[in-house]
Amino acid sequence: MMAATRLAVNKTYKLYVGGSFPRSESGRSYEVTDDKGRFVANAARGSRKDVRDAVVAARKAQAGWAGATAYNRGQVLYRVAEIMEGRRAQFAAEVAAAEGISDKKAAANVDAAIDRWVWYAGWSDKFQAVAGTTNPVAGPYFDISTPEPTGVVAAIAPQDSSLLGLIAVLAPIVVSGNTVILVTSQTRPLPAITLAEALATSDVPGGVINILTGHTDELSPVLAAHLDVNAIDLTGYAGTDTTELTVAAADNVKRILPAPATEPAFLTPPPGPRRILAFCETKTVWHPKGR
Amino acid sequence: MNTTLASLPILEVPMSLVLPGEVSDLSEVTASESALRGFLHGLPGVDQVGAEKRVATLSTRSIKKASKGFALDLAIRMVDLTTLEGADTPGKVRSLCAKAMRPDPGDPEVPAVAAVCVYPDLVATAVDALAGSGIHVASVATAFPSGRSSLEIKLIETRDAVAAGADEIDMVIDRGAFLSGRYGQVLDEIVAVKQACGAAHLKVILETGELATYDNVRRASWLALAGGGDFIKTSTGKVSPASTLPVTMIMLEAVRDFAQLTGEIRGVKSAGGIRTAKDAVRYLVLVHEIAGADWLHPDRYRFGASSLLNDLLMQVRKQASGTYWSSDRITID
Repeated sequence: MMAATRLAVNKTYKLYVGGSFPRSESGRSYEVTDDKGRFVANAARGSRKDVRDAVVAARKAQAGWAGATAYNRGQVLYRVAEIMEGRRAQFAAEVAAAEGISDKKAAANVDAAIDRWVWYAGWSDKFQAVAGTTNPVAGPYFDISTPEPTGVVAAIAPQDSSLLGLIAVLAPIVVSGNTVILVTSQTRPLPAITLAEALATSDVPGGVINILTGHTDELSPVLAAHLDVNAIDLTGYAGTDTTELTVAAADNVKRILPAPATEPAFLTPPPGPRRILAFCETKTVWHPKGR
Repeated sequence: MNTTLASLPILEVPMSLVLPGEVSDLSEVTASESALRGFLHGLPGVDQVGAEKRVATLSTRSIKKASKGFALDLAIRMVDLTTLEGADTPGKVRSLCAKAMRPDPGDPEVPAVAAVCVYPDLVATAVDALAGSGIHVASVATAFPSGRSSLEIKLIETRDAVAAGADEIDMVIDRGAFLSGRYGQVLDEIVAVKQACGAAHLKVILETGELATYDNVRRASWLALAGGGDFIKTSTGKVSPASTLPVTMIMLEAVRDFAQLTGEIRGVKSAGGIRTAKDAVRYLVLVHEIAGADWLHPDRYRFGASSLLNDLLMQVRKQASGTYWSSDRITID
């Protein structure tokens, strides 16, 4: 007798918008290959309208997420790290396939990514104390400045570092209370979709993190020009000319975190809450002093 | 430009209802309670699955580019900009009127809306604010939204609103009487209110969310048309579900068949729960397919809405600029 052969069960990679996994509105997909050019999977190729839907979801979720206590947001983000820990092997295999690095290196990469969540989760109730000030003013007032989330943020994830780089960009945006539309690495999107599955089973409310796969150059101009997006992180454009995106974003007074000259390694956390504060506004309160 | 939506191919030819007993004159059926009951219960039943399926099919129709521009422009012209809150103030009504006249202050191409709809005590404020603009002032009346009051009080309220300057009256039918089968009473009330309106247009609110079945919606539609309502309106906006596509379709069929039977042109107003431009375009497709292109006019079809207008404005700006807009950049009221 022949050994029973199983039918292949291939995973359909979809977008992550508003807490659910829709296919692209456009119905399009594109081929994802490993670093040697071998076919791995078809990923959804997000469109202009997927961006629109993601922004609506992010805007809807923003007030609730920013309104949660800092302690609660920290707990929720820590929980993401817990769930990723349970999927370490899966993440490591996908990162190894996507980036063409050794299993050992990929595992180290995943560990660093999980640690980065924990590191940023810890900042949730601290960055305001670190960056906030009481200002000496010429009058009988307490004058307090404190960083507040800017709102809905678009993030273009790093093109090379498919998981660690993505989390290094994503975590500091959401920890302060922003919601995010994240465009994944165009050629290495699969670890991001697995991350979306981890997020969907964690306590992160739907709409706080929305993940779009597709052609970066198709999606980012829409996000840069979108009037309901308050800030854009251009890290994924490391080393390329972003003049057009910057002009489009400046047109609607968006905050911009410019693209670095080269993609950083992300192996260690930055010295301090720089990335968190890049997506915060400073609120200053004047309060009369009693006697 | 203004024929693009109308020139879309008609996929399904509108079919007329077969009226019971070859009715040719509605004065016969309104002559007695039993004739009225016989007529209303003789109306063909609504195929619920079929109606919902047809609406779902029509909702998938894609309206793009120039047709979309036409639809958005038309939808804005069809809006009855409404505020029916206990917390309404003259100041709020005045700012609403300013918005009605010039919905988008940054774009003079955007047309004014059809009407402003308020409670009777604020009619005078609205009339004052809209003077000379050509925008109608609609007032709800007849113990809105429940309609639970005596006919006398309903008539006084109607006359009051008309005297204050309202040229459109939105009345509610007595759903209690309708549901317990006292059709004659409902009809008499509509006739009496119509009389009290004088020259003002009468919109009869069926409150379909409380009528339970599509058959009842069809009966109430015919009853309101026979009573002399210039418009039949789906809902008060205070009951859920408010306006739905299938209900609007049934009412459009009634208006179309009424026009065929009597030669008189009446209108339909969908109110409540229509919040996005996408929804509005779906309703317009329905109007075009069921009643015909002649009904794509603010005199024959209206949207009762408040937040819809802002979404329409955002879509108009999106069409013009190519970039998505933020509600932060549009006035709230």
